[in-house]
Amino acid sequence: MTLRNALCAATALGLFAGGATAEILTIATVNNGDMIRMQGLTDDFTEKTGHTVEWVTLEENVLRQRVTTDISTNGGAFDIMTIGMYETPIWAANDWLVPLDDLSDEYNADDILPAMRGGLSLDGTLYAAPFYGESSMVMYRTDLMEAAGMEMPDAPTWEFIGEAARAMTDKENEIYGICLRGKAGWGENAAFLTAMSNSFGARIVDENWVPQYDSEAWSNTLNFYIDLMNDAGPPGASTNGFNENLSLFQQGKCGMWIDATVAASFVTNPNDSTVADKVGFALAPDNGLGKRSNWLWAWALAIPAGTQKEAAAKEFIEWATGTGYIELVAENEGWANVPPGARTSLYENANYKDVPFAQMTLDSILSADPNNPTVDPVPYIGVQFAAIPEWAGMGSEIGQEFSAALAGQQTADEALEKAQAIATDVMESAGY
Amino acid sequence: MARAVTNNRKALNTAIAWTIGLLIFFPILWTILTSFKTEAQAISDPPVFLFFDWTLENYSIVQERSNYMRFLWNSVIIAGGSTLLGVMIAVPAAWSMAFVPSRRTKDILLWMLSTKMLPAVGVLYPIYLICIELGLLDSRIALVVILMLINLPIIVWMLYTYFKEIPGEILEAARMDGASLKEEILYVLTPMAVPGIASTLLLNFILAWNEAFWTLNLTAAKAAPLTAFIASYSSPEGLFYAKLSAASTMAIAPILILGWFSQKQLVRGLTFGAVK
Repeated sequence: MTLRNALCAATALGLFAGGATAEILTIATVNNGDMIRMQGLTDDFTEKTGHTVEWVTLEENVLRQRVTTDISTNGGAFDIMTIGMYETPIWAANDWLVPLDDLSDEYNADDILPAMRGGLSLDGTLYAAPFYGESSMVMYRTDLMEAAGMEMPDAPTWEFIGEAARAMTDKENEIYGICLRGKAGWGENAAFLTAMSNSFGARIVDENWVPQYDSEAWSNTLNFYIDLMNDAGPPGASTNGFNENLSLFQQGKCGMWIDATVAASFVTNPNDSTVADKVGFALAPDNGLGKRSNWLWAWALAIPAGTQKEAAAKEFIEWATGTGYIELVAENEGWANVPPGARTSLYENANYKDVPFAQMTLDSILSADPNNPTVDPVPYIGVQFAAIPEWAGMGSEIGQEFSAALAGQQTADEALEKAQAIATDVMESAGY
Repeated sequence: MARAVTNNRKALNTAIAWTIGLLIFFPILWTILTSFKTEAQAISDPPVFLFFDWTLENYSIVQERSNYMRFLWNSVIIAGGSTLLGVMIAVPAAWSMAFVPSRRTKDILLWMLSTKMLPAVGVLYPIYLICIELGLLDSRIALVVILMLINLPIIVWMLYTYFKEIPGEILEAARMDGASLKEEILYVLTPMAVPGIASTLLLNFILAWNEAFWTLNLTAAKAAPLTAFIASYSSPEGLFYAKLSAASTMAIAPILILGWFSQKQLVRGLTFGAVK
């Protein structure tokens, strides 16, 4: 054998060995219960595939900034990113994500809930696989509702919610009829109020991208929200986000709380919640206009286009978002802890039907349509946001105006006037 | 009588100083206390101060979930490296400005400080792209250099202030005795400015240890320091305050201990030349 042949043989062997070599995947993710649980079960993935995983866990807003910087510069710091419904269609349109249209038959992509699949796809192609999904719903205190002499219907109206909240309020004993998000931010109060406005017939922009914050529907939305919170909300509500309201509810200070369905497992956990056995669930309210006020969100796993480890990354996604993982969690931590809202088959599973909030979560998710979110038509995708790059900045600015109105620093109509000016400026600058 | 008034005044001053000190330290104390509570106790209203069932469960969970030592080691390398490199560059720079000033020295000092006025996010993309080009993304070397550059104006300013307090005649005498420039800086100037240099080192080590913008944005799994360790326990959807407090306590403990033992040196350095 000549030296050249020997080198060729060695190279071929090396390439073969390289192809079979286990990869180290770097995954950026958020810090929440389901994601942390997945980190603890990663050994199962390593055993099955030989690939190992390095986790970069960050707070949601830090993660968003971090992965946006990396993907927009083709940095290659991550092989898999945890992203939401807002980023997916925008990044897919920029060719920043690897399409997930060639996942195995065993994975059964058709099992993904249609609403989730729609929100994580662009032109019918899936770009991010949902790890878990959520909507929003009413969580209420059954004992306080009974004491108020009222009965919560499965699908309440805003009028009923208003009446019940005022009836349940006992400010002297620090019981507040309703707790809603007031903290400024596109993912905080702007998300809640945009979803709420859908049920009042409002929309962010019309079909021609003209902002609609000066509409009567928006005025009705914001005035109803502020009046309700002034009458039946907790003090300092303009700084309350998910965690603050969760804390109030768990301590028995909220009669009703309209927020993410994922909160159901927290408020019914007797280790953390003082009212765990007195919680009921209902769909987010409507106004009889055909749209409810619940949002739709998913934390999903996507592969940045620049990664060198695409095949291994797809193996991980199939493992983490497949049905096998759900069974793995159920086996280790019980059915109440499996990641909800992603797969149809989960809600057909007899074991999962025993979880008290399972059906209401599914009904909430199914009642949200990101491609048709409002009473009148809109040109954007998204229920509680518009999936355009400008929304994050614009939504946060508008959220500050709404928060200031809730704090009593300005009227609802003044806040809407400013919101209209902000949105008009953004839309014109961006050339819509 | 006059002595009694003085003693009363002293006691009052001491009480005021302790009150202010405790007020400043209270958030840290509260974080430490919360780290020993359960998640339910951490959010209880009214809050519990000392009388609760103390638990080490949060520390156990944090240890199990994260490789603390790797984060700690990265913090030590990044904060220590950037501070040492900064002082090595700043000592000659401050010497020249203090003892051989030109007409532009004041302008240069002000210009150096003005670089601190630029919001860091304004140069995030250029620096990120440079790191990608040089293959230094998620590396400790990149952070050592960047944090050194960020803190260099403060190091130069501090050393310049300390050096200005040293009489130039002493250096002149050394020169007359035949000391070279290197010997003058190393064997005459540096020993005299040890308190100042020590406090500069300490302060910049603390600044680099706590720096959270660049350390979060330029790292992933390999070079992430303790700031990233803390960030991994913060969550807008879920009450994990007790675990976050345990992670924060573990992150600040080394720097707190270092500060505690070196407080005398730090105060001496910071008041160096204050009273002539």
